[in-house]
Parts: sequence; structure tokens; C-alpha cells
Amino acid sequence: MTATTLPDHMNPKRSFQALILTLHAYWADKGCAVLQPYDMEVGAGTFHPATTLRALGPKPWKAAYVQPSRRPSDGRYGENPNRLQHYYQYQVILKPNPSNLQELYLGSLAAIGLDPLLHDVRFVEDDWESPTLGAWGLGWECWCDGMEVSQFTYFQQVCGIECSPVAGELTYGLERLAMYVQGVDNVYDLNFNGREGEEKISYGDVFLQAEQEYSRHNFEFANTEMLHRHFIDAEKECQALLAFGAPGDQANQMLHKCVFPAYDQCIKASHVFNLLDARGVISVTERQSYILRVRTLAKACGEAFLLTDAGGAKLGREAA
Amino acid sequence: MPDLLLELRSEEIPARMQRKAAGDLRKLVTDALVDAGLTYEGVREYWTPRRLILDIRGLNARSADQREEIKGPSTKAPEQAIAGFLRKAGLADISQAQVASDPKKGDFYLAVVSKPGRAAEEIIEAVMPGIIRSFPWPKSMRWGAASMPKGLSFAGIEGKGPESLRWVRPLQSIVCMFGTEHEETKVIPFQIDGITAGNITYGHRFHAPDAITVRRFDDYVSNLEKAKVMLDADRRKDMILHDARDIAFANGLDLVEDEGLLEEVSGLVEWPHVLLGTFEQDYLEIPAEIIRLTIKTNQKCFVTRRQGTDDGSLSNHFILISNIEAKDGGKEIVHGNGKVVRARLSDARHFWTRDQGDLPDLATLEASAQKFGLDLKKSLDQRMAKLDALNVTFHAKLGSQGERVTRIRALAKELAPITGADPVLVDRAAVLAKADLRTEAVGEFPELQGLMGRRYALLQGEDASVAAAIEDHWKPNGPSDRLPEDKVGLTLALADKLDTLVGFWAIDEKPTGSKDPYALRRAALGVVRILLERKVRLPLLAVTKDSDLLSFFHDRLKVYLRDLGARHDIIDAVLTPDADDLLLVARRAEALTAFITSEDGKNLLAGTKRATQLLAAEEKKGTVVADGVSEALLTLDAEKALWAAISEASKEASDAVAKEDFRSAMEALSKLRAPVDTFFGDVLVNDEDAAIRANRLALLKAIREATATVADFSRIVS
Repeated sequence: MTATTLPDHMNPKRSFQALILTLHAYWADKGCAVLQPYDMEVGAGTFHPATTLRALGPKPWKAAYVQPSRRPSDGRYGENPNRLQHYYQYQVILKPNPSNLQELYLGSLAAIGLDPLLHDVRFVEDDWESPTLGAWGLGWECWCDGMEVSQFTYFQQVCGIECSPVAGELTYGLERLAMYVQGVDNVYDLNFNGREGEEKISYGDVFLQAEQEYSRHNFEFANTEMLHRHFIDAEKECQALLAFGAPGDQANQMLHKCVFPAYDQCIKASHVFNLLDARGVISVTERQSYILRVRTLAKACGEAFLLTDAGGAKLGREAA
Repeated sequence: MPDLLLELRSEEIPARMQRKAAGDLRKLVTDALVDAGLTYEGVREYWTPRRLILDIRGLNARSADQREEIKGPSTKAPEQAIAGFLRKAGLADISQAQVASDPKKGDFYLAVVSKPGRAAEEIIEAVMPGIIRSFPWPKSMRWGAASMPKGLSFAGIEGKGPESLRWVRPLQSIVCMFGTEHEETKVIPFQIDGITAGNITYGHRFHAPDAITVRRFDDYVSNLEKAKVMLDADRRKDMILHDARDIAFANGLDLVEDEGLLEEVSGLVEWPHVLLGTFEQDYLEIPAEIIRLTIKTNQKCFVTRRQGTDDGSLSNHFILISNIEAKDGGKEIVHGNGKVVRARLSDARHFWTRDQGDLPDLATLEASAQKFGLDLKKSLDQRMAKLDALNVTFHAKLGSQGERVTRIRALAKELAPITGADPVLVDRAAVLAKADLRTEAVGEFPELQGLMGRRYALLQGEDASVAAAIEDHWKPNGPSDRLPEDKVGLTLALADKLDTLVGFWAIDEKPTGSKDPYALRRAALGVVRILLERKVRLPLLAVTKDSDLLSFFHDRLKVYLRDLGARHDIIDAVLTPDADDLLLVARRAEALTAFITSEDGKNLLAGTKRATQLLAAEEKKGTVVADGVSEALLTLDAEKALWAAISEASKEASDAVAKEDFRSAMEALSKLRAPVDTFFGDVLVNDEDAAIRANRLALLKAIREATATVADFSRIVS
């Protein structure tokens, strides 16, 4: 599928959804499982278990998906043309990373119509770190004419565990990329469905009201007492589920039985923390301790994942 | 003689690491070759964002043969010792050893091992993998199938787990060509983690992605140049600089040069192409420093000035360096970069105006405002109140920023009478000094702290001297930085630095070796520079009783004076452990330097040294030295004259020292020169009469004491 043979409304330069569909088609063609967004509130595509957990253990993995991402404190009541408390990331994870991952990435830009002999595409040093996930990697910000359009990372550690093999992670900021290819200065002016006139649906039509409402919620109305409680509940539940599913002594109990549900609680705790942070009720020192608590959960989930089939526990035993 | 060409091609290397990495590669490879017995005529390293290159010329084709004699045990030694010797020498049987003889040892075995030289290719093949494997990148990573766990493989590549190759970013290919100028070169095909060195490289990522076959350095450079890769970083820099100047000039502009940015940008491109971008005039209302930093830090572009302006203001044109020669001449690139720059400047304008507005929660700041006498109608006052109210930590053991400001304020108040600064202005400057840490501008660009505070202070109508002090209290920031402009600024600068030093000494976080995370050496040097260059008489012991901190100041003072050309022995001669007035020490050193280089001074020094040595020798022998000089026991004219001269010179010298008139003190002492000379000419110290001898030794002691009023002459080297 190339940009030139498509009807106008399916042209990734004309419509937000066509941009997503083009990336789906491209990465599907490269062998990725095209997944749907994770059905929980997360701060970034990396939190999806298809990245965080699947980056661990020896089993190869390839996936691509759109992940709605929530950053409560980035809310601007719909008044800022570039900042949103809810936005989309396009996430690709390839494990182990193929040796031509940079070329594959550049191919995806070409697929959405960015000609590298017309646009200045650059890989600028940017080391990635997620303190809450206990994760870090080396890579770049990918620039197109001075604009950061993607993040490119070779995961070295996730959940405090060394990645073996290393996965390559690509994260496209979809709104920013779309604004660039559509030549639009305000995110709410993005053409969502690629139609014109009465048939046109803009990004603002879809999200402006939600941005206003969620900004109020994040900064003013969210019940902090309840959120505190939810944080503690999620933390406890995560620990309880990990304990419940822990391997036993018998030969048929060697695997961990309850990692994904436990990890959901870790995600929940992380999002609740972000909300509390946006509400401004967390002091500087408390902040550190919250981050540490979420990281502790993430680490425990990561370690438990290695004791599952998907985490390569059976493989490991066969190899040993 | 053969040459060696090495290229390590990888994914984009961070710009800031490239130059050092290329230098490290040169050192590691040439050291390894020399260690293996090879020599070379010349070497040069090159780098681009995607490759490190080494061009070694005139290598030996082989290392020289080596002959080594290994001495073994006596021929009568037990079997075990002989077996050990055979192992060590690598011999199969003792018959391969020679027998040598020694008058002491008798007959003993000797193995002569000759190591034939090795071919250079063999050496290169052997050393390269180790160099690549242990390359000193500041940060490195694993990647790809080789990072699979051991025992597993993927796509035919064996996993090596934690032992898989680490590099700054994935290493893609290696070129290693060896051969003389006149013959066909060959590949040295060493292997490392699935990469085999070969003769293939690739050109510019977008302009010339096809494979290029390499023979030797000359065709390598010219083929890469054709493939739009400019190998020499300094040439790229030069080209960027000249093109940027030209394009600026052609548009009635001057480039604002920036060596750090130029170095970085030259590490982001293989084929630089300079373009001119524009933003709206309106943004020029933002302070120039913010515009420059926004465009530099975030976009890696240069700013420009209108030709002929020298007021520091900028033009609305910026210069960007792309990595391609775009098909449309760069229109799209300029358009895109312009958009990003505009968005960034729009953010910058946002925080610049917000910093001048009210904070939302003024009611919660009352207590802090009262504590510091702040006026909550003013924006910078609000920021200080907020800084205090938020309890922002300065250092876990040294409390909050608010507490720090309270301390600085108290200290500045004590210092003001000493520096002669207006105490009211000093106090106002002290409470506003750190306020800009809460501004959004400084949050975005920490290097603007101080400067932004000054700007906002002027905008809210502070006294110019207060505003200047807010910027200047951070100064001097290093040996060549400027000093505070006026007395308010220098008082606050002293208070800030002394508070930091005293604080970190109190919690025992002193600099050790090369570690100085809080830049305490720089702070102490700042204090030294202000005291000496602004001629401030400050008894440091009034600020700190910590003798270790005082000696730290002494060390900084010595470094500072030595850098100015002072002799270290002269500094040592005037620097007593409890000297806490650094300006005085410097003046003393200055006077002593002048004196010691004069004729009288040199002779007096010689006389004093002679007296001191003689005295020390006698003291060591246990010879009795009288407690004081007895005039009754002075028999010769020369010693009478000397005693009279000492009595007079001592008094004059100490009077002068009391008045801190070191030149007069030295002059007084210089009068001792003739009587001392005469004394040593005419008088025999070791008189037979013990009483006279003891008295004469006391006289020598008096010389030493007299000179000690100005300096410890024994520490002066000549």
C-alpha cells in the first residue's frame, strides 16, 4: 500500500486514521502482530503488557499497536494547540531487534509519505528511562525537519531485569506526526477521517470536549482521598495476586499462575499516582516514594513473568 | 611499507562522544600494535555520526624476531624443579636446554627461546577484537540476536547473553584493509560477534545507500566523498562555519558563533548543508538569551544578529544545518524547522510572560513573605515566597532553599560593614537572590539562573544594584569569569559562597581527589578572587572556625597566586596555618618577592640561612644556646654592631608589620644585611668560652626571629 495509490481520504497525509492504518499495514507486512490498545489507563505505550512484559524473557516477539496514553498533568483544558492529557502513541516492539531496524523505521516514514531526500531525518541521541517501570535503554529521538516524531530505543533493562534478548522499541507520537504531515498547527484542527465539508470529522470534534472535561477532573475534581485509597488497594492487590500465583514445590507447580492480572494492578497504581500528582497533593519527597512503590510492583511482576511460559520458563528449563 | 585502514560503522553515535571515541581508538590500536613489536610512521583518526576511522601509515610488515634467555635451576637440582623450568621455558625435554656455568651457582640450565617475529596482519587480527570488546564508551549497549541467552539462537545467530558485544549503538560493519601503496591491499578478516571485517562500506544514509568496495584510504575517502560523506569532522565544522557566515552575510546578518554548538552539529551530519530559517519579529520581545538557548538547545540551530548591531539583540533569522541536499533546495526543511522553532519560542514567550504574572495561590504565601519581608504584589517576591513555602530541598543535610537564603541573608548582613556595601540593598538582594529558581524560564534553562532573576528584578523596579547582585552573586564562576560589578554584588557573592563552603564542611562533604560534585573548589576560588581582586580584608576565622576549611582556602590561594606567577616557596614562607586574611597574605608575598629579588634581600636571605643552619647544627649537637643575648658577653665590634642593628630592625619591622606596611618592614630588615655579612666575616661563633659561644648562638637566633616578623625565610628555596 503506498500513499499515492489511495483515495484522498485514505491518504495518511490527509487523515489521522489513515496514518494509523498505514502504519498498521506497514508493520503487519513486517510480521508484527497488530494488537489493539490495552483496555486500561496507561501513561505510555510502553506500559502495555505487550511491551513491558513481553520485552522480558528469551522468547521472540513482534507487535504493533496504538495505545491511548494519559498524562493527567499535561491537561490544558483544550486551550493549548500542542498539549493533551490524552493522546495516541503508535508502538512497535521487535524482539530481538532485527539488525536493520533503522531501515525498517525509515521505511515506515516513507510509507506515510515522508521522502528522506526532501525531509531531513535525523537520529539524535536520547537515552530513555522510565523510573516507574525500572526500565532504561539507549537510542534516539528521531527528528524530521527538526521535529521529534518518534522515539527509538533498544531496551537494556525492563522491570529492573536485564533484557535478553534486547528488544527494539519504536514510539511514534501520532498527533505530532499527523500535524506535521497534514501541515496543521493546532492538534484540534487535524482531519480525523479524511473527509471534507459536512463529512469531515476533526480531532477537535472527537476530543476537544473530553480534554476540557478531563482537565477539570485531573486538576480540580478527582477525589484525592479515594485515589489514595485506590493506590493502596491496587498495591495490595498486585502483591496478593503475585503471592497467590507463585510457583509451588510440586513438579506441576513450577510456573507462576497469575502475572497479567497482577500487572494490571501495577498499571492502575501508576495511573492513580499520576492523577494524584496532577492534583498537586504529592510533595517532592513523597513523589520519590510513590515512584519507588510502583517500581517495586513492576519489578515483582517482571520477575514473576519470567516464571511463566510466555516468559520463557519452559524454554529455560529445556535449555538447562 | 604497508598501511592499515580501519572503519567501524555503527548506528548514530551521540555527537558528544565522537571525538573522544576516535582518539581512544587511535590510542588503543597504536598502543596494541607497538606492544606487539610493530612501529608505524603516522596515524590519523576520523569520525562521522556513523563511523570511526583509523588511517595508519607505514607499518612494519612484521615484528622483529626476539631472543630470550631463561635461566633455570642448577644441574643438580631435584627433578621437580627441572620439570617446572621446562614448563616455564616451554621445552619438551631437558636435552633442549643448554648448560651454563657460574662461579657461584656452578653449572645450571639455560633455555634460549627465540620468538620469531609475527606478520603485522596476524597481530592486527589478534588485537582488534579485544579492543572493540573493551572499548571505553561512556555508555554502551547490547542488541539483536546475539543478546539472546546463551544456548538459544535466533535467525542462525548464537545467543551470547551478557557476554554479547557491547557498543555505543549497534555496530553494523567493519572495514579492515592492509597493504602497501603499490600492491593490491587485502582484507584482514577478524571476527567479532558475527561481524567479519571486510572491504565493504556504505555511503550517506539517504543520498548513497549502496555498498562501496574499499581498497585503501585514498579511494575510501574519495569514494565516500562522492557518496556524500565528508569524513573529516574539522572540515565539516569549517564548512558549516563558513557557509553559515556567508549565508548570514548575504542576508545582512551576522552569525552568532558558538563553538560548542558547531562541534555538536558537525557530529550530527555526514554531509552538512546550511540553510536559513525565519520566525516572526514578535518573538524578539523575548530576551535574547532565552531565544538563543531555545534555538540552540532544542533545535541545534544558530541565531543571528542584524549586521552592525552590537547591543546583544538578535534578528529573527536562524541558521540550520541539514544532513541532506534536498531535492527542493531545502524549502520543506526550512519550513518544518521554522514551525518547530516558532512552537518553541511560543512556549518560551509563554513562560517569560507567566514569570512576570501573579502566582495563583498568593494567600498560602503570606507566612513566607513575612519571613523574608517580601512584597507579594511583585512577581519575583512571589517566586521567593513560593520557593520557601514549597520547602524545596537545597541538600538533604543542609535544609531547604528557604533556610539557605535565611543563612545567606544573615551572613551578608555581617559582611556588609566589612565590604562597605549598603546594608539595605544587600538585604534586598539576598532575599531575591534565589527567587528565579522558581521561574519557568530557569526551570527550562537552568543555566539562565541569576540572569533571569536580574531581568525580572529590573522589570519590577528593583534598584539596579540589587538587580545586578542577583545575577552577580553566582560570580565568578571559574578562574576566568568576571567578578561581581559592585559592592552589593560582591558582598552577596561572598555570603553565598561562604555559606556553601561552611555548610558542606559542616556535613563533611568535602571534595576528594577529582570528585567535587558541589563545585566547592570553584566556590573557594571565587572567594579568593573576590577578596584579592576587589581588595577585601575579611578575617575568614570570623566566618568559620574550621581549620580544615581554612587550609582549603590556603590551597586555593596558592593555586591562584601560582597561576599569577608567584613562587610557591615565597607563598609558603608567608602563609602561616592560621593566616585568615588572604589579602594580607597576598600583600606579604608580593612584598617578599620584591625584597628577595633585590641585592640586599638576596644577601640577607643567604646570611639568615647561614645563621639558621649553623644554629640548627649546634642545636642538634646539644650545644647550649643562651636564652637571650647578653650585651655584657658581646666582645667584638661586629657582634655589638649586629645586636644593635637587630634590635633596631626588629622594632622597625614589627611596627611596620603592625601597620601592614610590608615594604617598610622589608626595608627595615634590609639594614641587617651589612652587619650580618660583617659578623660572619669577623666573628667565630664557636668560641672556646662556652658562655660567649652560647651568647653568639643566641645572636644567630635573634637574626632568625627578626626575619620571622615578615616571613619564614627557611622555606625560601634560594
